Amino acid sequence: MDAAALTLSVKLAGFTTAILLALGLPLAWWLATSRWRAKFLVEAVVSLPLVLPPTVLGFYLLVGLGTRSPAGRLFEAVAGHPFPFSFSGLLVASVLYSLPFAVQPFAAALAAVDRQLIEASHTLGVSPAATFLKVALPLAWPGVLAGAVLTFAHTLGEFGVVLMVGGNIPGRTRTLSVAIFDHVEALEYPAAHATAGLLLAVSFAVLALVYALQRRSLFRWNER
Amino acid sequence: MERTLTFDVVRRFARGPAIAARASWALQDAPLTVLFGPSGSGKTTVLRALAGLDRPDAGSITFDGATWFDGDRGVFVPPQTRRVGLVFQEFALFPHLSVASNVGYGLRGSTRADRRARVADMAERFGVADLLSRMPAQLSSGQRQRVALARALAPRPQLLLLDEPLSALDAPTRELLRGELRGLLEQAGVPAIIVTHDRIEALALGDRLAVLLDGAIHQVGPVHEVFSAPVDAEVARAVGTENVVPSRLVRRVDGLVVVRAIGARGPELVAVDPGGVEDEAYACVRGEEVLLEPGNGHASSAQNRLRGVIEGRLEEGPLVRVTVDCGVRLVALVTRHSADRLELGVGQGVTAVLKAQSVHIVPRRVR
Repeated sequence: MDAAALTLSVKLAGFTTAILLALGLPLAWWLATSRWRAKFLVEAVVSLPLVLPPTVLGFYLLVGLGTRSPAGRLFEAVAGHPFPFSFSGLLVASVLYSLPFAVQPFAAALAAVDRQLIEASHTLGVSPAATFLKVALPLAWPGVLAGAVLTFAHTLGEFGVVLMVGGNIPGRTRTLSVAIFDHVEALEYPAAHATAGLLLAVSFAVLALVYALQRRSLFRWNER
Repeated sequence: MERTLTFDVVRRFARGPAIAARASWALQDAPLTVLFGPSGSGKTTVLRALAGLDRPDAGSITFDGATWFDGDRGVFVPPQTRRVGLVFQEFALFPHLSVASNVGYGLRGSTRADRRARVADMAERFGVADLLSRMPAQLSSGQRQRVALARALAPRPQLLLLDEPLSALDAPTRELLRGELRGLLEQAGVPAIIVTHDRIEALALGDRLAVLLDGAIHQVGPVHEVFSAPVDAEVARAVGTENVVPSRLVRRVDGLVVVRAIGARGPELVAVDPGGVEDEAYACVRGEEVLLEPGNGHASSAQNRLRGVIEGRLEEGPLVRVTVDCGVRLVALVTRHSADRLELGVGQGVTAVLKAQSVHIVPRRVR
């Protein structure tokens, strides 16, 4: 099995999950609590990667963040290298591509937190941000964990966006799924089996964990 | 200067009637105010506006000289800085925190030892000291209410709001706590507003009654005064004055007023003259103040003796609601014991006896 590809995929999935926890939780909290009328537009944008072919997302990222676009030049100035065929380029693409896998479970879990508990916290003098940390997050954490785990697994197995944005540079942008593609093209079936089997096992374990977490009996205060 | 709460809360809804509730009262002389009205009258809207959880569409709220809300000037003080304690109907205890953490949740800025001392003090006062390490799910509803009260009062709020505080309790607990709650609130020494639709609760808990009907405050006054002297028929009906009889002025005699109930066989009723009666008026009599005597009754000092026939008998807990046709339909609330002793039954002839002081004449307003 391609150890470099495995390391790269795990690293990519880990960073993507961390970034989506940091960005996705505030976004999900806003989606769960906002009464803004045009909120549905934001919800639609967040869910777009679910239905969009990865090639479309990858194509627009290449065009939008390519070396010739202003955003691309900004990326280059900040990251120190061009967007395409780089790890940080992959990271940006993965964060966008996995956005709904993080934000949707986060928002569902946060929306299920009793509104009165939030209001009780506010009347007790606690700021909205502190209320989020002290009340909403502890009560929503099964959903937050599920979202994080799904994000990790989804990023681990992503293929189309990676190939479009990152290409196939061993050690830099060659992830597990790209490695499998290479193996199959080269008719190296035993190597493809090993990698594919690993992804299958990990994916099943992850989903089993997510569903186990959602069994309410694990969280005693959710019992009614 | 007198400390007062003044509010004018305007909220418009896409569906349902608008709320435009305004009132003002002093904070020190009657600490417990009951905001009373049927469901849908806007009580919760007013309460949430006072707590700062909702921003009214217009109006203003001033508490003890501080402006909490002013629609014209765009002032809105968030709930965090109003120092208002709120006890929710279902108590809204944080389910993932122990009783001690719930009670201490709103305490900040003091040292850990201070906070712990305050929690212990509040727990002692509200009788939950031995429950501090429990989780809310392990408490009875009565215990939850006391924890919710302790939590709301721990940060020393300047105003306490209670939303239907007894309605989430089962009947026996409610009976028990109704008496207890007033004592706890009095002891807390914080002006409180208690929202309820239950008139027994209003009588049991309030010093002052504010009656909210269809989004508007109709009357504010001492509880007994509002009950015995409602300013209009809507208030009379809302506070449970069972008998609101449309009448016409007949004559005035010696500070008394005689009215005749409108209708073919409408009887005359003698009442104390409230002033302002022109022609039409409502004669309001509480069911508790209608005495029933079998047959023609016997002599007494009461001014009104109305012969009639029992039309209906309905058991209501320890009381029996007896409907008597005496030209108008009168409702009498008598104890079950008396009803049984007098063998009050449908079709029986009785005399309804009303003292003039029990008949409250409300001049009818024509809008």
